[in-house]
Amino acid sequence: MNIKMVLRSLGMILICEAIAMMPSLMVSFIYKDGTGVAFFYTIFILLVVGILCVIAVKPENKTIYTRDGFAIVAFGWIMISLFGALPFYLSGSIPSFIDCIFETVSGFTTTGSSILKEVETLPKAILFWRSFTHWIGGMGVLVLTMALFPITGTGAFQVMVAESPGPIPGKLVPKVANTAKILYAIYVLFTFAEIVLLVMAGLPLFDACIHTFGSVGTGGFSSRNTSISSFNNVLVEIIITMFTFMCGVNFSLYYQAIKGNFKAFLKDEEFRFYLAIVLGAILLISIDLCGNVFETIGESIRHSSFQVVTIITTTGYSSTDFNNWPIFSKVILFFLMFIGGCAGSTGGGMKVIRILLLMKSTKTELLRIIHPRGVYPVRIGNKVVEEKYVGEIKNYFFMYMLIFVIAVLVVSLDGFDMLTTLSSVAATLGNIGPGFSVVGPLGNYSEMSVLSKLVLSCAMLIGRLEIYPILLLSIPAFWKKVNI
Amino acid sequence: MKIIIIGAGKVGYNLALELSKGNHDVTIIDNYSEALAKAEENLDVLCIKGNGVSTNILLEAGIKDADLLIAVTDSDEVNMVCCLTGKKLGAVKTVARIRDPEYAMELAMLKEEIGLDMVINPEHAAAEEIALSLSFPAAIDVENFAKGRVKMIELKINDEMPVAGVRLKDLPNKNLQSALIGAVLRDDKVIIPKGDFQIKNDDIVYVLGNTSGLINFLKLCDVAQVKIRNVMVVGAGRIAYYLSQMLNDMGIRSKLIEIDREKCEDFVSYLPDALIINGDGTDEEVLKSENIGEMDAFVALTGMDEENLIAALVAKQNGAKKVIAKISRTNYMGVIHKLGIDNVICPKLITTRHILKFIRGNSVETLYRIVEGQAEILELIATRGSRIINTPLKKLRLNKDAIVATIVRKNHVVIPHGNDVIQEDDRVIIITKDKNISELDDLL
Repeated sequence: MNIKMVLRSLGMILICEAIAMMPSLMVSFIYKDGTGVAFFYTIFILLVVGILCVIAVKPENKTIYTRDGFAIVAFGWIMISLFGALPFYLSGSIPSFIDCIFETVSGFTTTGSSILKEVETLPKAILFWRSFTHWIGGMGVLVLTMALFPITGTGAFQVMVAESPGPIPGKLVPKVANTAKILYAIYVLFTFAEIVLLVMAGLPLFDACIHTFGSVGTGGFSSRNTSISSFNNVLVEIIITMFTFMCGVNFSLYYQAIKGNFKAFLKDEEFRFYLAIVLGAILLISIDLCGNVFETIGESIRHSSFQVVTIITTTGYSSTDFNNWPIFSKVILFFLMFIGGCAGSTGGGMKVIRILLLMKSTKTELLRIIHPRGVYPVRIGNKVVEEKYVGEIKNYFFMYMLIFVIAVLVVSLDGFDMLTTLSSVAATLGNIGPGFSVVGPLGNYSEMSVLSKLVLSCAMLIGRLEIYPILLLSIPAFWKKVNI
Repeated sequence: MKIIIIGAGKVGYNLALELSKGNHDVTIIDNYSEALAKAEENLDVLCIKGNGVSTNILLEAGIKDADLLIAVTDSDEVNMVCCLTGKKLGAVKTVARIRDPEYAMELAMLKEEIGLDMVINPEHAAAEEIALSLSFPAAIDVENFAKGRVKMIELKINDEMPVAGVRLKDLPNKNLQSALIGAVLRDDKVIIPKGDFQIKNDDIVYVLGNTSGLINFLKLCDVAQVKIRNVMVVGAGRIAYYLSQMLNDMGIRSKLIEIDREKCEDFVSYLPDALIINGDGTDEEVLKSENIGEMDAFVALTGMDEENLIAALVAKQNGAKKVIAKISRTNYMGVIHKLGIDNVICPKLITTRHILKFIRGNSVETLYRIVEGQAEILELIATRGSRIINTPLKKLRLNKDAIVATIVRKNHVVIPHGNDVIQEDDRVIIITKDKNISELDDLL
């Protein structure tokens, strides 16, 4: 491993985190909530460590191989989570450090699971930072670093591959750094648009910001205990549904659209499948809810569409307590947690494209029984997907399930009911946030044991970074200098 | 600049490597995913799998906004069609690699009809390079600047040379009137020497000057400048064909050894004047019987890298004065230099360099890289309005990592001193370690 280069890149990530903390520092000055010192110290520590890493380490060899790229991503995310937890701890808002870490990881991985029972009394700057971590984590910390610094030159692609969601890596333009800039430009555009719309819909600016960060990053932290339902504002729900849906779509499609190719949306098979799942789920749940939970069709559609979109994009806001819904609706939502957003979006989960490819691959397996010598490539659009990627996806599916099972086993030690245990792991591994029962939309994760909190934090990181970077850390060969 | 490269082979890869470093947006198109995967993994470029001739693929690669299309697949015809389609679709400039000698003869017509802006023939370029280095046999390598008026030689210093251990300012002035040591390579590091720099054993020095100046410098080093009269070439390929013609024009006699009878016969029909011998060029007996010991130079040009290297070593051992070997794989460049082979020619690297020169464009005439680009030698033309002209050099605060090595004014070559002035239309040769120099004003 090229340790020096990894250290240097980590230094840059920390500097980026310091920059990302500046807005929160400003918020604490505006509201004078007494958390300025906590942010000031954290930024100071981040800058010292970051600049030391960048200046003191002089790598002779600037190449980054795949292994180094994965190391940068894995360590980078662990580091930003540790340092990002400092403001919560130093300001005394969250007394236990484990809880601070859980909350920060949940923020950066855009999960939105909280251990806080009471958020409305928290200092404004702390709330702001909590949600701002969603915004950074949504598009990616390293993508941000690459957009701001000329991070690595060659090999930067390895880092992007390791961080960005989806099975088949892609760039928008030849240079990784420019790709990162374009992605963030689109992202910032969405962010501003949503803030403006939410303010127009009647939300105070602060709440508008918090919920924008939560929805474009597909995170789910709210400034209210009862999430979106506390506003009881249809317009707000529509705006948030729209933006979470948009951010669950592959961002490269927006780039195509900006370049004038609007047909890209219709041509993209993943997008069509995503749309179909969303519409299908809304239809089924609406039918299930109508007359059962809500009186009118309108009310059923309002809440089912909000809930379906917010769960499939792995945001996790709630417009109503869906824990009281009938079991059929809850099971659909539970399955949506596994599907997640599209590749190249800010959403989590297993990604629509993987599910689509798995289904297509299953079909070819069946056809192969009928025509044993038939050649059946798996196609997306008109392009043949290489056998290598299909194999990787099958393995990914297995790993995802394996990790799900292991985490469920550990959490089950806490002795919660079945629904809580299963949904808490599914909701953290898929970066959704709330599950059902104890961890439902009105509940939280504060009653979990320390062990469960740590395991779920790991699950969030594993889910966000798509398993491999974090899992690699547990393989001895990854650490060895001489690798035989 | 937006550049599309078709073909991710050695040349395409190296071009992409150099260009993506230099702030260009590079897109590579290739049919083979393995070659592409390598580029995707190691380079900051966009890779597209597909056929570069296909309009759809070219459009996907963004041919409409492309400034340059480079076609370097292994087929001449594909390269030509790519460039033709590319030009029609909107590429500003096109470059194609065309190596078949039969097309090479119709280059002028091809360039015009297909709208090619540059055609590179790797074998011809390699032959030119060999011929050039044979004109200065003592040097490891020779390079032309200012259309041949200034040459640069690469020379390895050993203990027997009187210059070893001498400081530059103590060198006798009369031998250095029109030559200058522009750069020194020591322990794989490039140094731009100043007056109190001491030359040491095993240094590789890059000396610039006109022909007579360089001959004087070689005399100073006690290296006799013998003119090459006899050359033995092994392997009758395309390079050998071009080289024989060039040597013939230079008044050098050549003898060609080829193992394949049919090829020998073909060759005789193309080149009636050449002496062709049917035999194994790596066989010591054959070489001896063709009195290798008397040869001024030996060039190994077969298709096998290993054979070329062995043949060159055998020839060197048997007394050939200068041996040159062609290799196609660049992987072992570093090892070969230690073997004792005087010069190694790699057509693919030469191709890359020629195309890079072309891309550097109008302001930069020639570009030469020392040790993978640690230092560059640039030839720039002083234009009216440049802040550098008409001021004595000592009054200018020049970039510390660069020196003005030579000024060429019409046919006159000046090795500049503090009082010299750069005038309009001068060709100025600059040696620099700073990669951001692309015009003269960047020196300030």
